[in-house]
Amino acid sequence: MARVLFENVTKEFGSVKAVNDVSLEIQDGELLCLLGPSGCGKTTTLRLIAGLETATSGRIHIGDTDVTRFSPKDRDVGMVFQDYALYPHMNLADNIAYPLKVRKVREAARMERAKEVADHLRIGHLMERLPGQISGGQQQRTSVARAVVHEPRVFLFDEPLSNLDAKLRLESRGFIKHLQQEMGVTAVYVTHDQAEAMALADRIAVMQDGVIVQIGSPLEIYRNPQTSFVANFLGSPPMNLFDAEVRNGSFVGSSFELDAKGVKEHSALNDGDSVTLGIRPEHVRVSPKPMKNSIASELYAFEALGPESILSFRIDEQLLVARAFGDDPPEIEMGQTAYLSFEPRHLHLFNEHGSRVNAD
Amino acid sequence: MDDLTKRGNHILSVRAGVALLVPAFVFIGLFLFFPFIWVFLISFTNRTLLGAAAQDPEFVGLGNYLRLFDFSRWMRSGEFGHSLYLTVIFVIGSLIGQVTLGLAIAFAFNRRRGKLREIIYTLVTLAWILPETAIGFTWTAFLDGRRGTLNAILGAFGIEGVEWLLEFPLLSITVFNIWRGTAFSMLLFSAALGNIRPSYLETADVAGAGPWQRFRDIMFPLISPQFVTALVLVTLWTFNVFTPFLLTGGGPAFGSDIIAIHTYRVAFQFFEFGRGSAIAVIVMTINLILAASYLFGLKRKEVAT
Repeated sequence: MARVLFENVTKEFGSVKAVNDVSLEIQDGELLCLLGPSGCGKTTTLRLIAGLETATSGRIHIGDTDVTRFSPKDRDVGMVFQDYALYPHMNLADNIAYPLKVRKVREAARMERAKEVADHLRIGHLMERLPGQISGGQQQRTSVARAVVHEPRVFLFDEPLSNLDAKLRLESRGFIKHLQQEMGVTAVYVTHDQAEAMALADRIAVMQDGVIVQIGSPLEIYRNPQTSFVANFLGSPPMNLFDAEVRNGSFVGSSFELDAKGVKEHSALNDGDSVTLGIRPEHVRVSPKPMKNSIASELYAFEALGPESILSFRIDEQLLVARAFGDDPPEIEMGQTAYLSFEPRHLHLFNEHGSRVNAD
Repeated sequence: MDDLTKRGNHILSVRAGVALLVPAFVFIGLFLFFPFIWVFLISFTNRTLLGAAAQDPEFVGLGNYLRLFDFSRWMRSGEFGHSLYLTVIFVIGSLIGQVTLGLAIAFAFNRRRGKLREIIYTLVTLAWILPETAIGFTWTAFLDGRRGTLNAILGAFGIEGVEWLLEFPLLSITVFNIWRGTAFSMLLFSAALGNIRPSYLETADVAGAGPWQRFRDIMFPLISPQFVTALVLVTLWTFNVFTPFLLTGGGPAFGSDIIAIHTYRVAFQFFEFGRGSAIAVIVMTINLILAASYLFGLKRKEVAT
């Protein structure tokens, strides 16, 4: 159990900076999700903690130890790989006990410990099987069992759920969260799935181009995205983003005009500024009747998902997506014009560089 | 059962299938089975190329075989037992040399690119694919006592050279054969190691395994099928290899009289076809046992996975 500290860590592959001057502190016992699209540097960051990559510059600490130059075996971490990496020639017992074997734990003791962990993860009855003879979910558990069997100081997960089908993924998600809290171990979890990150993380670090663009609790990031990239990356469906210009107390887009009254952040803007308006689908109000300060648009698509409905409207070349909760979606027919409006406090503003505009 | 399933199993009629197979069987029969049976039959006669027995060979029963396994003389120089003994040393030496060297090179350059790898792989593979006569000549020049390259190099370090081919004929042809054949093991192991998923090795690293543990527990078990393949095929090939004849001719004084050379000598230098055929039959039997054990090993591996 230990905190993990990054001090100005950079990792270059040739001329590419996969991780660019990242500083980060992961608290003892915390589950931190590294979230971002492929190629953003999240997996490299994880591999830097594991020691599978060595930092080009900067320092990495685990606990009170500077492990920057340590090889993986001296770092005392446990890692679950995306493909589970179970050894096909070893049965489950030998797979799970492998970290103990290399630590020269006696055969009887390590088998006992492996059985204990396996029982806890409900795979204890499969110990004699080979990895090829068990299901994907069981393989995933085996991989987790092997990562935790020697009680490492840090757990590392590299997209461990991406090879599972949707139903198993939900189940495994809960199981990983429970296990991590139960053991109280610091964990770093890499994913490109924002729902997974929201569900699991104590804190999320959103990465883009080798840099952490925002770090915070899932709700903090969801509610106050600091860039339009973060705003668009979290949420399903993601936040609607529309370009507009500030003009005489209004936001003027290509085919809409909204009164900026009540939008506090407006005070930080000047006439003529380019701005990106962001609104979460759940904050879009859809009305069949004309409304003041609204955008009129035809219904483009309607998806009834049960507890909620997704309505898409076409605004120029873009879709504006609204989300209605409950069993009674707004009564709008395909092609019918609806009036879309939002409360000013729900509007997110980003400047031309994509950074959040805050009120003065 | 309806018509469809009855016919559905055959795209072609049986007759058409047989017709397509006939040419292949004719050639296999002509060039493989016929000589095999011919040799087998001759091995029970005293047939020779020249003399009375060439005209009118006599059936001698197991005479040729009894002569080969006449234990009062078979370990003498130039005899069958002695030749087998030299062959075993030659095969084991070549096998250990080729497989360990091949594995070492493949391991050293595993997941590495660069000039050095290219150069070494090219050189090792060249040794494997160059024509035999060319390399036979090259090695004769390399090992020659008075003007050989090796002795010249040793001389530069103040070491006195030896007549390698005369004083250490078996060692010379073994080293030559290792040089000649390492490429096969190297390429085989190189491909096998390259196919190991990186995450297997990284898991071992994170789990705390050192380089030796990683090799013993993960890499070697994962390439063991290729290892078995290399062991059996190299044994088979080395057992039958004739190229060392170009270096030593089997001599001096039968010092490198390995089984392929021995067979050739008896059959085509002494022209004793009967005795030569008996040796060939024994060699074929040994080959069959090796090949069968290889195929059996493959089968068992398939069942296991």
